[in-house]
Amino acid sequence: MTVGRILLIVPLAYLAIFFIYPLGSIFARSLGSESNFGFEPFRILLNDPYYLGRIWFTIWQAVVSTLLTLTIGLPVAFLFARYEFPGKTLLKAVSSLPFVMPTIVVAMGFTALFGSQGLVNSALMSMFGLDDPPVRITNTLTIIFMAHAFYNYAIIVRIVSALWSNLDPDLEGTAKVLGAGSVRTFYHVTLPLLLPAIVSASLLSFAFSFTSFGVVLVLGGPEFSTLEVSIYELTAKLFRLPLAGALAIIQLGFTYFFLLFYSKFQEQSVARIDLKPRESTSRCPIRWREKVFVIATILLLLTLLSPLVALVVRWITLDGGFATNQMANLFSDDRGSYFHLSPITIIWNSLRFALITVAISLIIGTIISYSITNVSRRWRNLADALVMLPLGVSAVTLGFGYIIALGRPPIDLRGSWLILVIAHSLVAYPFVIRSLLPVLKGMNSNLREAAAVLGANPTRVFLLIELPLIAPALLVGATFAFAVSMGEFGASLILVRVEFTTMPVAIFRFLGLPGAANLSMALGMSCLLMVVVSLGFIAIERFRYKGIGGF
Amino acid sequence: MIKLTGIVVFVALLTLLVAACGSDEPGSLIVLTNDSFDIGEEVIAQFEEKYNATVTIQKSGDSGEVLNRAILEKGNPSGDLLYGVDNTFLSKALREDIFIKYKSSRIEDVPSKFVLDDTFHVSPVDYGYVNINYDIAYLEEHGLTPPETLEELTGEDWKGRLVVQNPATSSPGLAFLIATVSYFGEDDDYDYLDFWADLKENELAVKDGWSEAYYTDFSQYGGNQPLVLSYATSPAAELYFSEGAYTTPPTGNMLVDKATFLQIEGIGILKGTQNEKLAQKFIDFVLDIPFQEDIPARMFVYPVNSKAVAPDFFKYAEVPTLPADIDADTIDANRDEWIDSWTKVVLR
Repeated sequence: MTVGRILLIVPLAYLAIFFIYPLGSIFARSLGSESNFGFEPFRILLNDPYYLGRIWFTIWQAVVSTLLTLTIGLPVAFLFARYEFPGKTLLKAVSSLPFVMPTIVVAMGFTALFGSQGLVNSALMSMFGLDDPPVRITNTLTIIFMAHAFYNYAIIVRIVSALWSNLDPDLEGTAKVLGAGSVRTFYHVTLPLLLPAIVSASLLSFAFSFTSFGVVLVLGGPEFSTLEVSIYELTAKLFRLPLAGALAIIQLGFTYFFLLFYSKFQEQSVARIDLKPRESTSRCPIRWREKVFVIATILLLLTLLSPLVALVVRWITLDGGFATNQMANLFSDDRGSYFHLSPITIIWNSLRFALITVAISLIIGTIISYSITNVSRRWRNLADALVMLPLGVSAVTLGFGYIIALGRPPIDLRGSWLILVIAHSLVAYPFVIRSLLPVLKGMNSNLREAAAVLGANPTRVFLLIELPLIAPALLVGATFAFAVSMGEFGASLILVRVEFTTMPVAIFRFLGLPGAANLSMALGMSCLLMVVVSLGFIAIERFRYKGIGGF
Repeated sequence: MIKLTGIVVFVALLTLLVAACGSDEPGSLIVLTNDSFDIGEEVIAQFEEKYNATVTIQKSGDSGEVLNRAILEKGNPSGDLLYGVDNTFLSKALREDIFIKYKSSRIEDVPSKFVLDDTFHVSPVDYGYVNINYDIAYLEEHGLTPPETLEELTGEDWKGRLVVQNPATSSPGLAFLIATVSYFGEDDDYDYLDFWADLKENELAVKDGWSEAYYTDFSQYGGNQPLVLSYATSPAAELYFSEGAYTTPPTGNMLVDKATFLQIEGIGILKGTQNEKLAQKFIDFVLDIPFQEDIPARMFVYPVNSKAVAPDFFKYAEVPTLPADIDADTIDANRDEWIDSWTKVVLR
């Protein structure tokens, strides 16, 4: 226990220095500068129908987006959990790509598909001889929901399928032998067992839609601004810090409320069961119904991924060029700019920041998860909700918090790359917790106790018994930590030194100037990002077989 | 094992963190600037060689964001200079008192209309014009002639064909809003808000940033709108970056008298710097010919030094004869109110 207590200092110090302190500083600065501390901005906000409307919109669009995300994510999770088919590893890696892509790139993908000159409209126009493009979804609410589902379904897929693939199929088999139909079996056996993972994943998906920034900013247009967008405008543009601070606190309050509600719910939904190694739970589809399901779901996935495919196609065919030319341009282009970095350096920057983020997130996340399972029931929900809070904080608020709080000795982090990985890991470690907790809670403690009784010390118990059982969940966490870091570029608000340019930052920079060559570079870098991230996902997946033998 | 290695890595990180907290060595400059900034590596190297110094250029969001950052860091700046304060935010920067006064001798080569701050806390370095661009091929295909007045944009011909940026989040967006205020006035029978209401009625599209509007909505790049709010230099940039695919620009400038916005960017030394002398040398250098002549093909704006020669393709970067006439103080006094009113009319 003492070792556990000592280890706990690491995440607590990390959260205190890099989360609570900067946030406290910016709130104090925002609300404390007026002579009467603080309540005036809240009064203004809560009496302004515009901001009340923003709060309400933010909540309901997140609910709708999450439901849509679940609808798409669950069948795909089932596919990856239960069936083996050729190309599965690659498809699984590629299916998580949307989570990583910068919003402006995705927006270009959507334009390439659904824009007035896009593939869908051109096809429809030539098929039916229309003069005007029939499909117009850009700048509508529909596209926000679609984009949220597009971004977040990978969360559902990864987290749910990790648990699903460890569920003993015999349980379902038994139910069927006892006379239950497929629907009843799913409803009464599978669903209750999966519920912790489904709720976990939904929560993350909800949190991301709730604090959605880029998707709304880039795809929806300013009519549909969420709280996060309003906070950004008030902070970074209009510099009305009191209002921004008050709004950020309101957003944080709502997030905490949702998290608390969730962890109370989670408490009741844990079933202790024996988990099975995933190799014994999946197989090739045999019956025709299974085959139809597998094919249909793969088609659904490919449709989902079509905006990314459209980007690749657009890049290759840009100005009648060929992929090799475009690729050569990307690597040879050097106009002698101070900001020029070779793509190799940029890729390496992204990779090393991502790897460090993964390491930090795994450590912080694992320690916190173990601590939470050991905390007394009374405090557990509060603590669980509290450590998830970074998901609800406005990025720009925290960024400005870093500038004022971490900009003086002894800790002057402005200009250091550490601030990047710290910012990334704050968003990434909650994924480790959310994928780890259901497994930890569901783990049958008999195993641990049996090993202890047989004389294994705690370290041996952890390494030999627990680690293999939590490894899949850790890998899910690692996958997301990797993805979060590879795709993040909001921290560029705080720090963009040339030598730390990452792939998304480079893409953003290319798109800052007009002209075909800039578009080509941006699209090329986007394609490289897809390749590098897919390879990363596959490598993490491989790790399971090589690193942890026997599972 | 992972855990153990991880702990080692983390401890190492913490050590690094503490170690990284030293201050700058003598002879080094940090220049804070915005996303649009670019300059030749060789140009910077010239300065570094001449003064035996290292220059680090750090971007930190767009012009408004960088300025707000500098205001937050007042007295304890993370850089020595700030490049990119423009005339839409100049008065705010001066009011916040974040700059040290410095008048470079090179200022004599700068025409007085570009000298935005006569107290010389901020010195002008470059300028550009914000106006609407059109997609030439689209207009030809649809039998349209380029619009010549702003009023025309509210008519049937241009219904659903214009995309602009949100003035609350984008600097060209703000510039154009100011231009319309100057053009239509605030209290006239038909004021700027009436114009924007009519534009909205005419299916105006609004994006939060220039990149989104240009690369996803502009028909030149597969979007729906043949008119986009951009810069007078954009057509020249299109030509420059087409790598020989075009001989004349594929886009054109809509230049309406008194309705384009002249955006002047300046540089200033941040209060609290430890390198004031070197920072002054940097301002001299920025106003000198090598830097000034490198500006057009990097940032696609014009150099303020009248002796600097622009590259050949810049002949397509037309200069509006009569931009909107509105001074920085008026802008500063009314900016927030205009943005609020605009938001109410166009977005709510």
